[in-house]
Amino acid sequence: MLKQEYTITVYTENQIGLLNRIAIIFSRRKINVESLNTSPSEVDSVHRFTIVINETEDVVRKLCRQIEKQVEVLKAYYNTNEEIVWQELALYKVPTDIIAAEVKVERLLREHGAKAVVIRKDYTVFEVAGHREETDNLIKVLEPFGLIEFVRSARVAIIKDSDGFHEKLKEFEYREPGENAAENEYLNENEKVFSM
Amino acid sequence: METLELKQQADTKSKARSISGSEAVLEAFLEEGVDTIFGYPGGAIMPIYDALYDYNEKLKHILVRHEQGAIHAAQGYARASGDVGVVFATSGPGATNLVTGLADAMIDSTPVVCITGQVFAHLLGTDAFQETDVINITTPVTKWNFQVTDATEIPSVLAKAFYIARSGRPGPVLIDITKNAQLQQFNYEGYKKCEHIRSYRPKPIVRKEYIAEAAKLINAAEKPFVIFGQGIILGNAEKEFKNFIEKSGIPAAWTIMGMSALPTDHPLGVGMLGMHGNYGPNVLTNECDVLIAVGMRFDDRVTGRLDKYAKQAKVVHLDIDPAEIDKNVKATVPVWGDCKETLPLLTELIEQKVYPSWIQRFKEFQQKEEDKVIKDELNPSTDILTMGEVIKELNALTKGDAIIVTDVGQHQMVTCRYAKFNHSRSNITSGGLGTMGFALPAAIGAAYGDPKRKTVAVIGDGGFQMTLQELGTIMQFKPDVKILILNNQFLGMVRQWQQLFHEKRYSFVDITSPDFVQVAKGFGIPGKSITKREDLVSSLKEMLDHKGSFLLEVMVGKENNVFPMVPQGRGVAEIVLSREEV
Repeated sequence: MLKQEYTITVYTENQIGLLNRIAIIFSRRKINVESLNTSPSEVDSVHRFTIVINETEDVVRKLCRQIEKQVEVLKAYYNTNEEIVWQELALYKVPTDIIAAEVKVERLLREHGAKAVVIRKDYTVFEVAGHREETDNLIKVLEPFGLIEFVRSARVAIIKDSDGFHEKLKEFEYREPGENAAENEYLNENEKVFSM
Repeated sequence: METLELKQQADTKSKARSISGSEAVLEAFLEEGVDTIFGYPGGAIMPIYDALYDYNEKLKHILVRHEQGAIHAAQGYARASGDVGVVFATSGPGATNLVTGLADAMIDSTPVVCITGQVFAHLLGTDAFQETDVINITTPVTKWNFQVTDATEIPSVLAKAFYIARSGRPGPVLIDITKNAQLQQFNYEGYKKCEHIRSYRPKPIVRKEYIAEAAKLINAAEKPFVIFGQGIILGNAEKEFKNFIEKSGIPAAWTIMGMSALPTDHPLGVGMLGMHGNYGPNVLTNECDVLIAVGMRFDDRVTGRLDKYAKQAKVVHLDIDPAEIDKNVKATVPVWGDCKETLPLLTELIEQKVYPSWIQRFKEFQQKEEDKVIKDELNPSTDILTMGEVIKELNALTKGDAIIVTDVGQHQMVTCRYAKFNHSRSNITSGGLGTMGFALPAAIGAAYGDPKRKTVAVIGDGGFQMTLQELGTIMQFKPDVKILILNNQFLGMVRQWQQLFHEKRYSFVDITSPDFVQVAKGFGIPGKSITKREDLVSSLKEMLDHKGSFLLEVMVGKENNVFPMVPQGRGVAEIVLSREEV
């Protein structure tokens, strides 16, 4: 099996220490986390982790099971890049006088969809939201023009084929979840195999 | 309606009373049915010990000699009784001394709740005296842990702790309570047991379609083989398991942790799996057509080289922990669930069968092992005593009714190979972690966990020296623990490996020991040391008949090896019976 980028989405309770519990699942196996984001989710009180790693599907599946085993984790999903819509946000700080002087820079910024966030006499901060290659490209473009600072956020992702967590959470809140509760995901109805 | 609600409110108010966080901890223990605590006091847990002073009649506290001893004792208690073991330790070094036991309980799925004291909440993160980040240190080795800084949290957090420790796949839980929370008075409104946590599902609803598929595979099999682990004991499913194999007629082998779930002399029991397990079960794993794994996790000591493990077989895997299914061995049919529920469903669907020629194969291998290994081990031709014959004579005297606690190393493997057990929860050993020093404190805990049975701790000369301070606990509290030291004057298992795989370069395995009988005498425990065969039976009898604890040291052959053996990196079918074959 080939390694590729997987995005792991984890729905959790909001609990101190859980970030560490999840992080050590990767570090224990010497797996590098490419990006990690925590945020609220569509459900009040439920948190959402978005983790990106480069691994084989077999490893990612096992990691998700280990993550789900944590008491405060409600559910963990993993998806390939085709299965999600994702963005990362990047900020670039560039000297204002160069941008003002060079028409070319202005054109380049527009081509890359950069938006000015702050304009000061000494510097200007631009933002770009997009995929890794897109934000990477702009670094290369701006470097010759004196890029002062660069920073990029972790990935946030929406799973294309997901109905959100509202209904699922109701199932979790029952003491005896119904037949259609979360464990059905372990069953691939067509192939009758256990999968997650 | 309104009046009823008002009445209920009034009721809770009348029940509510002001108590301290410390008292709330002890109230929770009583509600959870705790009767014995293993612990050691210190600065940051003093308020709890102060409260304990007034609970003296309801809760027994065993003062150990080291916090590692406390948690191993709690593990022994849990393994012998099936209840949750409970530990008290102070902050800093008290808490860090628990780590080995937590890791041991984690990997062997033992339900334990540890309460550690912590510095005042306002001092957290200031490098205060005896402050250590216990929550983060113990995160990888606990099923759940939590820091309490406010007393009002204590009842609900402890209820969660006990629920998580004992439900699903059991495990250790640690609750760290800051000193201010222990001292704080709050309005206690009674204790409510935890029965549900929305983000935690201890077990799933059993899916019958998998049971049906598993039954179909089993019914069509010609050479089916059952391998079982501790899951049966943890799930209290011994009876359900026995019914299953007796109806199916399938030969069954146990892992070291599953041992005693089935009486060792059961006609369908074919022995132990793994590196030093029996010949037949290992070889025939690679010959069976359907492998039915029940409550076991395919540890590398059981499977040997994975790419040479049961490749020909279809695998049915029954486990309560979905993370174990497909982890090491791919399951053809996964049966996710509590085996107490899944086994009866499966038993219902399988046909009553016998497999005489298949079982004959196990017998043939058993005979080979008998001739090449067991005969000499149990009836040696020289004057030098073997570990195996000590266990054989012990069996004859205990008749398989004792709890046997083992440490780690050669004596552990030999004991597990030859000990006889009639009852479940009889074999207590450090399986997954291989913790030397486990046996003595775990035996103390087992003696409290099931005082009706005799507890015999079989320990090597190396492991005994790791936790022998717990003789002090025995001296003071007088649990009845028989200590049987099998002394080969070496760190025997490492020596065996150095002999077999490192050209006999014996690097720091030659360990000297004190006069164990004198040491025991210093702790007020009678003892005896023997070297001769003619003294063996009478000395074992003397030990077992003695009222109270007794230490018996048996000097055994220095350079004996444990065989059979699946050398590391080889497949189970490449198991060897002697040094020459390695």
